[in-house]
Amino acid sequence: MLLESILASLEALISGLGQFSWQQVVMIVIGCVLMYLGIGKGLEPLLLVPIGFGAILVNVPFSGVMEEHGFLRVMYDGGILTELFPILIFVGIGAMTDFGPLLANPRILLFGAAGQFGIFLTLLLALALGFTKLEALAIGIIGACDGPTAIYVTTNYAPHLLGSVSVAAYSYMALVPILQPPIMRLLTTDKEKRIVMASVKSTVSKKTRLIFPILVTGFTAIVAPLGVPLMGMLMLGNLFREAPGLERLAKTSANELANIVTLMLGLTIGATMAAEQFLRIETLGIFALGLVAIGLDTVMGVLFGKLMCVLTGGKVNPLVGAAGISALPMAARVVQMEGQRYNKKNHLLMHAMGANTGGQVGSIMAAAIMLSIVNAMGIL
Amino acid sequence: MDDTTFGLTLTVLGMSGTLVSLGILSLLIAGLKKIYPFEPEKTAASKGKGN
Repeated sequence: MLLESILASLEALISGLGQFSWQQVVMIVIGCVLMYLGIGKGLEPLLLVPIGFGAILVNVPFSGVMEEHGFLRVMYDGGILTELFPILIFVGIGAMTDFGPLLANPRILLFGAAGQFGIFLTLLLALALGFTKLEALAIGIIGACDGPTAIYVTTNYAPHLLGSVSVAAYSYMALVPILQPPIMRLLTTDKEKRIVMASVKSTVSKKTRLIFPILVTGFTAIVAPLGVPLMGMLMLGNLFREAPGLERLAKTSANELANIVTLMLGLTIGATMAAEQFLRIETLGIFALGLVAIGLDTVMGVLFGKLMCVLTGGKVNPLVGAAGISALPMAARVVQMEGQRYNKKNHLLMHAMGANTGGQVGSIMAAAIMLSIVNAMGIL
Repeated sequence: MDDTTFGLTLTVLGMSGTLVSLGILSLLIAGLKKIYPFEPEKTAASKGKGN
């Protein structure tokens, strides 16, 4: 009797093992790979590790983490479906971002526009491949190189693609140092790569720094009001950083708030990677299109840099154009390293940081404009 | 609306809209810098020169 009871209990204990499907095993391996990329390779560890772990948890049979009242379901409903996590994380990003190099040379904001063109071109490709209009919007937004914006747009318009779009966005952001240099080298001549740009002088008054976040928020409210939640929170965080007497809020936003939200955001994104949702042919298509999107961003950025080089009589190094994406500060560092590779005396970092912070503003603006147009078309 | 019309409209308007918006924003920032120009902070030594 006792033996039977023990055996029955043991059987119940290991019953989960028999319930593993090969798809769940594959997803657990993918979760482990994401964690390895984060911990072992240092690629976006703050996000890839929670995402990978979330993916493992959700694919364990009977874990119940994404069932009703499961803890990840509660976090998903409260933070992702409500758009709270991507919005809150922008407060932290704003508090961490120094817009000084951009304010010192406002023209460089145009690079932040060119760096978003990949969004729209990828959207076209996604439509051509048979994705629906709203799915194509979500896939195109990977080209924003901006995780929270991608999550925000995808949650609204194609929530069933959230896992694949988010993982693609964050993975490719982490791979910017590998993806961008070959394109930059291919599209520029040695002479262009060696162009030395005039040093950026810190000539921005405190009042300009203070008014900038309010100006950008007000401008977004007029041009593309759908972008106000994201842009407003980014600029609120930046206002905390610049305004006197708000050091505590700035510090909390840049550290505790950003860290807590990053943890919950990562875990809940991982939780959307259940085998039956993620292991589909269309996921491969999304990853391929995401790669194309970031490649096209770089192509368009560098080509725009070449145009600026011509228009300014050779004063702009086209490599800076590659930094007009939202992957901050990786893209700027890539530009600096590429510039130094061809001319040791070339210091492009501050120009690239200007373009990179411009890319941060540009990605939100591009997404907001895209959504406003779609709204006006009556698609939503 | 068919997919091609949708995609092309969004691409043309989206790219030009983003470029124009950020162009205007850069002009506004440049204007802001003109209204509130940078004034180097006086160092303690230069502040004390008159005394």
